[in-house]
Amino acid sequence: MTNRRQFIKITAFGAGALAIGSGAYKAMAGFSSTTEAAKLTVNLTRTPTYCEVCFWKCAGWVYKNDEGKIWKIIGNDDDQHCNGRFCPRGTGGVGMYFDEDRLKTPLIRTSERGKQIFKQASWDEALTYIATKMKDIASKHGPESMALFTHGSGSSYFSTLLKAYGSANVAEPSYAQCRGPRDEAFMATFGEEAYSPEITDIRDTKCLVLIGSHIGENMHNGQVQEMSDAIDKGATIITVDPRFSTAAGKSKYWLPIKPSTDIALLLAWIHEIINQEYYDKKYVEKYCSGFDQLKEHVKDYTPEWAYGITTIAPDQIRKTAKEMANAAPAVIVHPGRHVTWYGDDTQRIRAVAILNALLGSWGRRGGFYRPSKQAVPSSEHPEFPTPAKTWSDAFPGKYSVASTPVSNALIDASIPENNPGFAIKGWIVNGTNLVNTIPNQANTLKAIQNLDLMVAIDTMPMEITGWADVILPECTYLERYDNLRVSPHRKPAIALRMPATEPLNETKPGYWIARELSKKLGLEAFFPFEKQEDFLDWQLKKIGSSLEEMIRIGVKTFEREADDLYFANDEAIEFPTDSGKIELYSLAFEQAGFDPMPKYIAHEEPPAGFYRLIYGRAPMHTFSRTANNPNLTDLMDENTVWINPKVAKEWGIVNDQYIWLKNQDEIISEFSIKVRITERIRWDSIYMVHGFGHAQKQMKRCFGRGASDTQLITKVLTDPLMGGTGMRGNFVTFITEKTEQEVAS
Amino acid sequence: MRYAMAVDTKKCVGCSDCVVACQTENNVPIGYCREWVVEVMAGTYPQLEMEIRSERCNHCVNAPCVRCCPTGASHFSDGGIVLVDPKKCIGCGACIASCPYDARYPHPDGHVDKCTFCIHRIKNGLEPACASVCPTKCIYFGDMDDPNSNVSVVLKKRKFKTLIPEAGTDPQLYFLI
Repeated sequence: MTNRRQFIKITAFGAGALAIGSGAYKAMAGFSSTTEAAKLTVNLTRTPTYCEVCFWKCAGWVYKNDEGKIWKIIGNDDDQHCNGRFCPRGTGGVGMYFDEDRLKTPLIRTSERGKQIFKQASWDEALTYIATKMKDIASKHGPESMALFTHGSGSSYFSTLLKAYGSANVAEPSYAQCRGPRDEAFMATFGEEAYSPEITDIRDTKCLVLIGSHIGENMHNGQVQEMSDAIDKGATIITVDPRFSTAAGKSKYWLPIKPSTDIALLLAWIHEIINQEYYDKKYVEKYCSGFDQLKEHVKDYTPEWAYGITTIAPDQIRKTAKEMANAAPAVIVHPGRHVTWYGDDTQRIRAVAILNALLGSWGRRGGFYRPSKQAVPSSEHPEFPTPAKTWSDAFPGKYSVASTPVSNALIDASIPENNPGFAIKGWIVNGTNLVNTIPNQANTLKAIQNLDLMVAIDTMPMEITGWADVILPECTYLERYDNLRVSPHRKPAIALRMPATEPLNETKPGYWIARELSKKLGLEAFFPFEKQEDFLDWQLKKIGSSLEEMIRIGVKTFEREADDLYFANDEAIEFPTDSGKIELYSLAFEQAGFDPMPKYIAHEEPPAGFYRLIYGRAPMHTFSRTANNPNLTDLMDENTVWINPKVAKEWGIVNDQYIWLKNQDEIISEFSIKVRITERIRWDSIYMVHGFGHAQKQMKRCFGRGASDTQLITKVLTDPLMGGTGMRGNFVTFITEKTEQEVAS
Repeated sequence: MRYAMAVDTKKCVGCSDCVVACQTENNVPIGYCREWVVEVMAGTYPQLEMEIRSERCNHCVNAPCVRCCPTGASHFSDGGIVLVDPKKCIGCGACIASCPYDARYPHPDGHVDKCTFCIHRIKNGLEPACASVCPTKCIYFGDMDDPNSNVSVVLKKRKFKTLIPEAGTDPQLYFLI
């Protein structure tokens, strides 16, 4: 599949940027070196940052009180990600710094894995231990036997380290456990992904269609803000969800779909839009390929056909299709974000992409805009060695559509019984709590038991750090520099993060950790700058700014090089797909041996007495990582299990009662969970917020509070195209009292 | 001058950002809050309606808390803002009992505490912390005596209600419905 990235406009770091830099912002006189600039900030009442509590990375200001202690964090008015307004997690980000349960010093395991017995170590001791083991792995198995699992700002440093060492096995669970199917589906259709922040032009849309996407509960700041703007402007919202989500409460149409049947609804919408000739004929003719095949493919997928599958009345399907057509091209069928549900997720999002193409929303105002990104220079370093093997050699032929390493494939390759093409022998895990991120916990733990080295780098003692041989305590984002935030948006922009205060205890920034480890491995040439702030200043000066300027303004927005946020009328466009067109019929999927157009396949249904486990987000928490944050725990300190009143009555379960959940594989939740009886959930499903039920005792505030959905997700519906782990095929029943035997086990 | 606030229930998503922003801005101790979020459901699946409200002190014109305060700690300040003077407060709790909105709490330092409409920010030309942070921009604040203020304009355009009007307190926290 081609990956030419033409939709996104990368602004060059040439004369254009320089002109803005020298004109609009006058450099502050008197501070010529970065060290002076850094000293200066000690006296500043506010310092710039961008948030690390989630991936939206809003830019803001950290304020300190009269005693010099961190007081509050406020959004930067000039930032397109947040428009001066942080979300509850960003506002509560101060709690990450103050959390007394933080990791404080490096730790080295002194007992077998499975027990948490560690000794305190110096940084030198800990890094020497890791380097020795890594050299050992390289000589015995080859450097490709190391893998990195990573999330967040540290990714770039540890990824550089691993690549320099000789391994390309860098996996972000945000791919195969989250966005991956969406990225591949959009790539196959438009030749471009939907990006982060998503390029959905919600503020100007006339119709927003959400399929299981619960904006407002998922607090993706810019999208929540724009959805509110759209409500103000009278946009129609259509929400498809078995649960009456917050977004459903704001919607003109809520389609309470039977879980796992979304593709049937999407196919019926495609059928209706083609059949009624609602589609954008000029756009389809000019830009799309495969229309005739698609028309033939969906001819039998009538709203009546879908009714029997989805339980959504044909009249509702027709009305909502018409709403979309009336709004087109200012319509968004939202691509979603966490889309690993049933294992046919890439195909489901393909249907979403096809629907957008038919409505002509891609590249149009109120649909999807063309993002622009500021180019920034990278530091010069030697070329990375070419690894003898990469992740895809572990299981040849599997997940051939995946464009990036699949975390679960690397975990499977760490288990010798799986007969991988080559074995993974060492892990570095940075900023991702794999035990609560990857479904089928037993499999993850089995993989860990087979490793020669397991390193965890985190700010908090998580479940995953308890399994590490060496734990490295990273300081929080409020105590460090990081790489510039360079995200695609309507205008190219950069944002700076700098320390608001010194790191607490023995904690260190990720850049420092990676560089010090590189020295022990003889790879320091890959980290030419000793201090990250010196790198940032060098980099910023190349694009006509400087560290001094960025410390003052926090965010710098550049102008687009051309007025091309949307396609111009009749603009000739070659899309970066195989055919150069928007592919309604995917040649790439066909070539890879997969369905070129999405099909509906029925999924397993819950057995009697069981209910489908549906999980989601709460606006005040991110994944499982914020559960111990004192400020955010204060807003929500446990999750509840949502049960429909009819079901509760049948079971004799009452509100606020604590119960255990047992899944189809006889796994019982380690902790009990509070019942919330509510009409907001279907009778065939239960709902819980992800990220609670922590089993790590060192997180004192959240230990044992609520139940972990991940623990109950033992059945994984893997997407054959790209390895995504579908997690909505699990069913649970209720245990109101545990027997002595069950408590003992 | 008459300060008031209006919350748009059509836009509020109940994220509690107002709650945590108030806590950090005003150094409200962990475990306490000056504002909170309420979700009201009606109907049965799938015919459902939901109203989400960000709530706080109603800064009533006819405030029972001010009337019942034995020391004068609870008082009206500029623009009708109801405040507690911690130096005068003896923590007797009469105001807590008298408030129909349950908007006051006993601060661990021994006095009663509540929303101040961020009077320290208003004096500097800023909005209250909750209004300035809200991602959905659902909180409108301003002077009811100024016909062009945010809050006056939105109350002219939209349908609204107050909570427990039968208590006769003349609350100044409005909800757009």
